[in-house]
Amino acid sequence: MNSEMNPDILLDVRRLRVEIPTRHGALTALDDVSFEIARGEILGFVGESGAGKSLTGMAVIGLLDAPAHVARGEIWFGGQRIDQLDAAAMRALRGRRIGAIFQDPLVSLNPLLTVGEQLVETMLTHLPLSRGEARERAVEWLKRVGIPSPAQRVEAYPHQFSGGMRQRIVIALALCAEPDLVVADEPTTALDVSVQAQVLELLRALCRERGTSVLLVTHDMGVISENADRVAVMYAGRIAEIGPVDPVVNRPRHPYTHGLMGSIPPIDASPAWLRQIDGAMPRLAARPSGCAFHPRCASASARCRAELPLAAGNGAVQVACWHPHQPPVLEAA
Amino acid sequence: MNAHNYLAVEDLSRHFQAHGRTVRSVDGVSFAIPAGSTFSLVGESGCGKTTLARVIAGLDRARTGALRFTRPAGAIGARVDELLGRVGLAAADGAKFPHEFSGGQRQRIAIALAGEPSFLVCDEPTSALDVSVQAQILNLLKRLEQEEGLTSLFISHNLAVVRFVSTRIGVMYLGRLVEVADTEALFAAPRHPYTQLLLAAIPRVGQGRRAAGVPAGELPSPLAPPPGCAFHPRCPAAAEICRREAPRLSTLRDEAAVACHAVGGAAQPVRFMPRAA
Repeated sequence: MNSEMNPDILLDVRRLRVEIPTRHGALTALDDVSFEIARGEILGFVGESGAGKSLTGMAVIGLLDAPAHVARGEIWFGGQRIDQLDAAAMRALRGRRIGAIFQDPLVSLNPLLTVGEQLVETMLTHLPLSRGEARERAVEWLKRVGIPSPAQRVEAYPHQFSGGMRQRIVIALALCAEPDLVVADEPTTALDVSVQAQVLELLRALCRERGTSVLLVTHDMGVISENADRVAVMYAGRIAEIGPVDPVVNRPRHPYTHGLMGSIPPIDASPAWLRQIDGAMPRLAARPSGCAFHPRCASASARCRAELPLAAGNGAVQVACWHPHQPPVLEAA
Repeated sequence: MNAHNYLAVEDLSRHFQAHGRTVRSVDGVSFAIPAGSTFSLVGESGCGKTTLARVIAGLDRARTGALRFTRPAGAIGARVDELLGRVGLAAADGAKFPHEFSGGQRQRIAIALAGEPSFLVCDEPTSALDVSVQAQILNLLKRLEQEEGLTSLFISHNLAVVRFVSTRIGVMYLGRLVEVADTEALFAAPRHPYTQLLLAAIPRVGQGRRAAGVPAGELPSPLAPPPGCAFHPRCPAAAEICRREAPRLSTLRDEAAVACHAVGGAAQPVRFMPRAA
């Protein structure tokens, strides 16, 4: 699909490759990553450490840690190509049209400024508001994200809030300039489970209300399952499977997704054993030939060892596998 | 004390002094672990589960209360390659250095190094691991229990992990046990409102959007715990007595024990929190 032609597509990432140069040559951290996010859509990225899910988010917001860089491919945002923007243009875009939420709220908060000052400065930088109007909105935002006594708490510093409250403030900061897209990287991983659910519900409700798209990066399939519309499962720097949450989670076609789902201990059942995927994901410098999953895959054939599978699929789900599990036959209506 | 209990913990407390106040990190906790079973402690940050694990593992001796171990007779030391084999590593791996192993393999070695593993204390043993590697370790722990009669104390914040490995579970909140029950009983009919909240809050895989709303409120600071029942500010069933008096852990008919004024008198399990999908 072409984002220049289709106004419903907000973000269009095409065949993205991220490389990290080393003394021994360039390591390919991400390769051939293609996906789209529609306006108002929540797309989840899930995978294990080193699979490339965070890197994908960082590439989109132009915050790759040097020397990692986009070596190939294109990132289109709202019909504009953004992977080649200079640092200043990218910074302006990032505050105004793309918001970011990270795992540690203290990364996003300035410890020396009150939360009110931070909200006001962010809004004044990006929106045509007077200081008084921005101040009023700052209190409104704190109220909206569930901070008790917002008119008083607007004067408080980040350290005067609990971890859960800080992450609520970060959500307010990311959304107050009314961006079209929020990149949320493990936004609730540092929070206790009872607080995590509240913060996710808040993020989802606010984005839904404003039609904001979300790129949600997490290692937690439950978080994806309850919050995302579609999900991309990453393995060794590539998308193994991408599609709407229900088919990918409940009827996975890629053997890795299938193994991953079976290895998660269920909260509502008591299986005798968990499905094991033996071995571990290969390191960046030791990616196997062909399909990177083949050494751990029960269905691996000679073709898998030699040839890289390309994303394919005739429905909403795309799967990069030579021997995918077959989708169930749909009964005639 | 029950002769089949490997470990009995009786009225155990561990208090710390901080900012001129006494923090009751572990406060009057009692439970027993039958030999050959896995007892898990679950709870969120600051509930005292790690402090309790350190006391039981003998890493922290400043405590009040009693720990009674009954060691089974006839435990024999095993050779290195036997131990490695038992945790799924090859004998040849004995010649390697720790950095040559992955995180999951290192965790297996730690399990093997627990030596004659008749009792194992695991504090969040898989929280740093990816789920595919976590599954390998959890299966291993379960196999050691079933095949070698290993007794374990397992500490985790993750209720799903705990459900898979445990025989019996203790739920902690701010230094106290609020509910103790056999695993299946706890998940079939959680009694304490906090247990119900924890169960409702866990994101479900593959069940679509969250059906139940998320209960509000956060964990209070252990430096200034609420009076009475520490959970009362978040509890939908809180009554006058809950604000004044901390409920005692009392045993119900089916061997489950609950510390809640509202549950004590009820003839059958009560739903305080919305049930998840």
